[in-house]
Amino acid sequence: MNPDFLEALALTLRLAGVTTLLLLVAGLPLAHWLNRFHGWLGIGLEAVLGLPLVLPPTVLGYYLLVAFAPNQILGTVWHQLFRSSLAFSFPGLVLGSFIYSLPFAVQPFQTALRGVSRSILEAGAMEATRRQVFVFIHLPLAWRGVLLGATLAFAHTIGEFGVVLMIGGNIPGKTRTASIALFDEVQKLNYPEANQYAIALLLVATALLACSVALSRRTG
Amino acid sequence: MFQSRNPLSWRQLLLVVCLLSATTVSILAERATVQVAAAADLVYCLDELTATFHRQQPTIELKLTSGSSGNFLTQIEQGAPFDVFLSADIGYPKQLVAEGLAPADSLFVYAHGKIVLWTTKPDAVPVVQGLNILADSQRVVTIAIANPDHAPYGRAAKAALEKAGLWTAVQSRLVLGENIAQTAQFVQAGNVDCGIVALSLLLGPKLKGVGTYQVIDPNLYPPLEQAVVLTRSGETNAAARTYLDFLRSQTARQIFDRYGFTIPASGP
Repeated sequence: MNPDFLEALALTLRLAGVTTLLLLVAGLPLAHWLNRFHGWLGIGLEAVLGLPLVLPPTVLGYYLLVAFAPNQILGTVWHQLFRSSLAFSFPGLVLGSFIYSLPFAVQPFQTALRGVSRSILEAGAMEATRRQVFVFIHLPLAWRGVLLGATLAFAHTIGEFGVVLMIGGNIPGKTRTASIALFDEVQKLNYPEANQYAIALLLVATALLACSVALSRRTG
Repeated sequence: MFQSRNPLSWRQLLLVVCLLSATTVSILAERATVQVAAAADLVYCLDELTATFHRQQPTIELKLTSGSSGNFLTQIEQGAPFDVFLSADIGYPKQLVAEGLAPADSLFVYAHGKIVLWTTKPDAVPVVQGLNILADSQRVVTIAIANPDHAPYGRAAKAALEKAGLWTAVQSRLVLGENIAQTAQFVQAGNVDCGIVALSLLLGPKLKGVGTYQVIDPNLYPPLEQAVVLTRSGETNAAARTYLDFLRSQTARQIFDRYGFTIPASGP
């Protein structure tokens, strides 16, 4: 198989994998924390975090590009730490994907965590600390919803285009993901290659959606 | 997976993830590679240039990205890791030099581009009659050009249409391609009636003999002086210098010539 195809596919999977791991690490405590807020504050917080669901990806891409600039705080700090630019780099894409896929992970996480019976958790709280209850009782009981959130976030990251186009710069092996490579091949009139990407993405998306449907039917 | 005994393992996981991505990034950076940003009119020409370069320098790997020159300028200004910038004009490379982002001595003009009026429906749109056919809004409903704001070939198309006195007549019927390759794709797929594209694209293997084209009088637009420049990161990359020398060579000039470019007389 064509090495460019494999490179773009591997990069896409790596991006989705890293993003999903980070979303699990940060998204689960965040979802737990959000569930404790009620009233206007909770609504406000959820609305802000849910913005990527409806916001054009170019808006997020634009703000990220501005924030990555060497004269901005984020850009400066990153440059001081790693001597490289966040724009047009893999870490930059991870950050963009993290924000862009956040609601796809956090919302199912919240639903799943809310679905666990309070009495079980209260019983657990008599014996263990809050963190222990969360990690050893709450999360294991909510595993289907957690897996659903992770699957959706993974699928959504693979399907990302606008954000990657704006902050990625289409660099082979670094930021040229499968969806960008598809766009690129069409412009070069390489339809067989474009077709390869399209079929691969279609298959992956279908498989992931089947997983998420199966998971949500059982949690539902 | 969440039943680990030690809650700290999450942090360790995060650390592993960070380390893994950092290593991959550094491994990629250490190979003898040259990151090339090339104007979209070069896509097919570049395939041949790259194949020839690989025969001469099998140890150097070229990583190619094609797009509109104006976008590349912005990206390089924002720190995109390109070593070599093959622009479709000379203005953008000069701007990089002026901004201190490219060494002045590396800049040279490698080719002069040409624009053509092209259609895949020659019966409906007889492009051989020249640009004036575009005034006929019955037959020519849509015309593709590259975005003049950031694509030099789009700027040349706009200049030619203005000079021919057609700009106001065609403006509402224009479809703008992101770069000249996408513009050609619009025409090739038959989604527009005709387009103004780079001759070099039509002489490539994909489009040779497709449709009919008419070369536009070069007096109608400012010359498309296509210049190349090293970036600051390319300056310290010996392989990038080697690639630049190759672009000056007789072999490369012959390839540019085959793709319809005029080669600047003042060679190296």
